[in-house]
Amino acid sequence: MADPKHDKPTPHKDEISGVDTTGHEWDGIRELDNPLPRWWLYVFYACIVFAVGYWVLMPAWPGLHGYTKGLLHQSDRGELSVALHDLSATRGAAGQALVKASLEQIEADPKLQAYALSAGASIFGDNCATCHGTGGTGGKGYPNLRDDVWLWGGDLNAIEHTLRVGIRSTHTDTRQSQMPSFGRDQLLTGAQVNDLTEYVTALSRRKADPAAVSRAAPLFQAQCAVCHGADGKGNQAVGAPNLTDQDWLYGGDPNSIHTQIWNGRAGVMPSWEKRFDTATIKALTVYVHANASGQ
Amino acid sequence: MWKHHQKLERHSLLLVIVILVVVAIGGLVEISPLFYLESTIEKVDGIRPYTPLELAGRDIYVREGCYVCHSQMIRPLRDEVERYGHYSLAAESMYDHPFQWGSKRTGPDLARVGGKYSDGWQVDHLTNPRAVVPESVMPPYAFLAKKDLDYRDIADKLRAQRAVGVPYGDAMIAKAATDLETQADPFASGGTALKKRYGPKVNQRDFDGQPDRISDMDALIAYLQMLGTTVDFTTYKADAGENLR
Repeated sequence: MADPKHDKPTPHKDEISGVDTTGHEWDGIRELDNPLPRWWLYVFYACIVFAVGYWVLMPAWPGLHGYTKGLLHQSDRGELSVALHDLSATRGAAGQALVKASLEQIEADPKLQAYALSAGASIFGDNCATCHGTGGTGGKGYPNLRDDVWLWGGDLNAIEHTLRVGIRSTHTDTRQSQMPSFGRDQLLTGAQVNDLTEYVTALSRRKADPAAVSRAAPLFQAQCAVCHGADGKGNQAVGAPNLTDQDWLYGGDPNSIHTQIWNGRAGVMPSWEKRFDTATIKALTVYVHANASGQ
Repeated sequence: MWKHHQKLERHSLLLVIVILVVVAIGGLVEISPLFYLESTIEKVDGIRPYTPLELAGRDIYVREGCYVCHSQMIRPLRDEVERYGHYSLAAESMYDHPFQWGSKRTGPDLARVGGKYSDGWQVDHLTNPRAVVPESVMPPYAFLAKKDLDYRDIADKLRAQRAVGVPYGDAMIAKAATDLETQADPFASGGTALKKRYGPKVNQRDFDGQPDRISDMDALIAYLQMLGTTVDFTTYKADAGENLR
């Protein structure tokens, strides 16, 4: 067969297998014409039938003004809406109770408290642990929530308020204060910052250079006392930390203290009011309050 | 009929042409409706083009391959909505060229990470993820804070986005570099003009904690802090028929 392109296939049976060939020959090579396996062919037909059924039942074909919605009117977003509704029904009673009860009542009622604690733990793990650490033990620049040291107050209402509005956040009622960058902005000289570092070290009852401490005393009263208090014990109304204890947000060694006076760092906590509903914020408040030595 | 099929099988050029026709029909049916159907993109309030600084940050996001481990697509599933917030809308990526939906979540979804953490946390975390999240496997990106942002071509970037349909106005393009500098400086005077152009919710801050410079870190954090924050969900009716799909 010189020109396989235009020839007509000639019927031919393979002698060895007894199967028909396709009737072509290329350089002496022929091709067996075995049928497709039956199981494969029926699965293929079944898929076509399934596809037609799917087009009818499910959203499938785009048209000029929309798409075919299907007889089942299936919608992922609709299903989610139902699922979320079911969820609030499942949590409903407890969730509603949380919304209605005051924070004190939640703590007083063992059943409500248990619910708030377990809900709070999972919310904390998802949203708060990222900064405050697993279990809330904090880190440099991120307050430890398991001790009794509080910057902005550690009673139930203070914690709830902080959660709602955040600290130095974008919320309009956010808790707000700012420590000046005494060194960087040249409000004080380098020597003065050095003296103040000694003074703050001495405040927390540690060894410091007495001459520097006495030089810095009037400076502290003039520059720092307005927020940190004349005795350095801090002021929760403006989130000014107590400088006389051993708890340091940005480190308590002289170097860290010097850096803090120089740069005046201040942490930011986002406002959670828009992300969480009332029940969630209350559960979280009770959880944080219970894990700290509550105030 | 099957005999005629032999003609196709024996003429390679004809076969190629007919294959193209068949594939084109599939494309027409599947793709072209997306361009004219009104229902593909939800009608929402608040969506705006990226500010120049955010756009520069987005380019860094793409450059560093963040999308390889982070998706930006909250699916309409209960567990995802509980964890990340409202599911992502098509409208939210209408100005994304290319979109950053991603398909791999080695890290968490970032579609609504904006405002979830503080700028300071973002700096700490990008500098050394293990410092704040001990179990993290994310690589550190400390170099971003040490590199000044190169934004000489920012107006061209806006122009390129406009060419593919992002509604950047002439003023936005003319003021691109100024707007970029303004957004990274809380004391800059152009804040009002910036917010007039891009909306009142634009964050104007020193994002990276280095007030004297605009670094890659500034741009990336400006981008991260606006992700998923633009849509006004108080006016969005999730259960309305046209928004269900």
